[in-house]
Amino acid sequence: MSSTTKIISDWLSTNTYHHSDFWDVEKLVEAKEKSGQSISLCIPTLNEEKTIGKEIIIFKSELMDRYPLVDEIAVIDSGSKDKTLEVAASYGADTYLSADILPEEGFKPGKGENLWKAIHQLKGDIICYVDADITNIHARFVTGLVAPLIYRPEVHYVKAFYDRPLAFSEGVRPSGGGRVTEILVRPLFSLFFPELTAMVQPLSGEYAVRREVLEEIPFPIGYGVETSHLIDVYQKWGLSAFAQTDLDSRVHRNQATTDLGKMAFGILQSFLNRLESLGMVTDLPQMETIFRQFQVEGKTYEQVLKEIVEEERPPMNTIPAYLKSRGRG
Amino acid sequence: MGEAKKETEVEQVSEYRQELIELREILLANVVMAAEIPSPTFHEEGVVKFLFNRFNEAGLNNVSIDEAGNATGFIPGTVGERNILVAAHVDKIWEKKEDHTISVSADSMQGRGVADNSLGVAVLATLPIILEKLDIELESNLILLGNTCSFGRGDLAGMRFFLENTKVGIDSALCLEGTQLGRLSYSSMGMARGEIEVSVGEEPDVLQMDRSSAIGSLNKIINSILAIERPEKPRTAILLGSVEAGSGYNVPPTTGRLRFEIRSESADVVARVQGEIQDIVEECRAMDQCEASLAILAQRSPGDIGFDHPLVRKARETLSELGIKTKIAPSVSELSALLDKKIPALTLGLTKGDNRHAKNESILIEPVFDGLAQLVSLLKFMDSSFDPTDEK
Repeated sequence: MSSTTKIISDWLSTNTYHHSDFWDVEKLVEAKEKSGQSISLCIPTLNEEKTIGKEIIIFKSELMDRYPLVDEIAVIDSGSKDKTLEVAASYGADTYLSADILPEEGFKPGKGENLWKAIHQLKGDIICYVDADITNIHARFVTGLVAPLIYRPEVHYVKAFYDRPLAFSEGVRPSGGGRVTEILVRPLFSLFFPELTAMVQPLSGEYAVRREVLEEIPFPIGYGVETSHLIDVYQKWGLSAFAQTDLDSRVHRNQATTDLGKMAFGILQSFLNRLESLGMVTDLPQMETIFRQFQVEGKTYEQVLKEIVEEERPPMNTIPAYLKSRGRG
Repeated sequence: MGEAKKETEVEQVSEYRQELIELREILLANVVMAAEIPSPTFHEEGVVKFLFNRFNEAGLNNVSIDEAGNATGFIPGTVGERNILVAAHVDKIWEKKEDHTISVSADSMQGRGVADNSLGVAVLATLPIILEKLDIELESNLILLGNTCSFGRGDLAGMRFFLENTKVGIDSALCLEGTQLGRLSYSSMGMARGEIEVSVGEEPDVLQMDRSSAIGSLNKIINSILAIERPEKPRTAILLGSVEAGSGYNVPPTTGRLRFEIRSESADVVARVQGEIQDIVEECRAMDQCEASLAILAQRSPGDIGFDHPLVRKARETLSELGIKTKIAPSVSELSALLDKKIPALTLGLTKGDNRHAKNESILIEPVFDGLAQLVSLLKFMDSSFDPTDEK
């Protein structure tokens, strides 16, 4: 057995969980209170009025009212045109427009921007990020992710995975091993960061992280945020800083292949930038930022162009307003 | 009733309503969870387990799942001389394979079974917290029952099993249904629920289809049923619920099925109409040379505690205090099993809603708190003021 294979096997046996390992929420709350840590739940949104209400209701009922595990539930929005913020606020979530947080830093549209600004806006020692488009929402989406951080001080970053695909119809499906993961990210990790292939679902939008880790890593604002996080945390803290939890199935809207192409384009940009900054490749040419797809009508082929620039926010602990708000400025 | 007392009661109902709004997310989370667990009749284990867990979490006594699959929990009263039953049926009309996802907006919830009867189940699950929130300790024992097998062939099996086998004498009862707020059921109609199956034996000649297919035979049966005389008093109806036959455009079906209910305020009329339908089926068998059979799957006897019964009067007063118009609606569900046992009982609707039994079934959230205030007010009345034996 190669050393990488052994490292991954050992890590899988010690740092991979199933959410049912943490079924006892009362015990989890006790351990959290004993540890003195606080937990913020962040839900980044853009036009999610159809699913946000249910998420807030479930999390507030099960993780604040019944069991005081989470100290704040915040929705950070990129500028929804629908009633996302109104619905979220009506069920007791704290709601913020991303553009209103750290206004001196400006606003960039993208999920990663919301995640980054959450570090400044939210108070928790642990921040748990959960996407807003989950239709089978359940408290396990939070308990399964924060529990390893509460019980194991050496773990810094816990990622969700969904390992039990079921049959679904009507345009929804569990994400399982996603297409972009299997045909892009996993091959890239296998080539350059083989230990990171241990993450079953590196692109999942649900993860919980300690503040001291979040504030030290840069944030791509677009599709590359999850991949970059994994590389950056791995470089600084190693594989042992990670854990992952099986949350069973996650049901959400299926994405068109053309949308996945855009995602892959953004991830690849971030990935290559990381390789270059780490000195793992040199002399990369200037990369194009236009992603080209095609559509056909009759016998006419038409180019569909989309500019995708993976901008990046610097580590939050380099932002003066943040340091000041934490008493370090 | 004195003006001052009435004013106090109106204020109290209003206070209940206001305080209970603080439990909104807990209640609505229970609605989501109860609704998203598939629970077709005869396969209600998931929702029953959910209720079982909620009852345990709330610290109820004697939490159990009985032989009929019902979930029960017991809150002992401070005196414990009387026993009040609050029940909600846990089955839904939807098969397991259907999408049970619920969506939530700022003022409503939508999805299969959200009204019938996920809201009823959720209120039952939340009732211990509701009473705790309002600091209400009843003198009477309170029995919470999530009963199975209410719909169709289930024939109230869960409620019947409970009533036949409970060792606790029930003094009065409330049945919870999601909709409609203002509904007041204090009487049960006589009912016979049946299925007619027709079989023409072999695939008929396409050119003779109108005469020899199962659809043709069912059509004759339906026409004959619709021609049965139905008196205006006692009120009587024949409800044709569903027809099943065939699978396409051009293959004459060999089998078909009609589901129906006879409802009447008179048991004699139900029996008479049932006999006439039996005759129609036999005539079809003889004339069309087909196999036709009638199966009666469920029956109810008419029952009534009376419009002036103290429990009914109190329910009407409470609705009036909440500014809600009362709609009297006879029931053929759990209420009839309770009235059969001479237990004073009501069925209450908890909120306003639309599209019952459609995939976009919906409930309004705000009126739920009126429904809860009504429920609590009635429970307090049943606990302290009401003598179940006083019928007038």
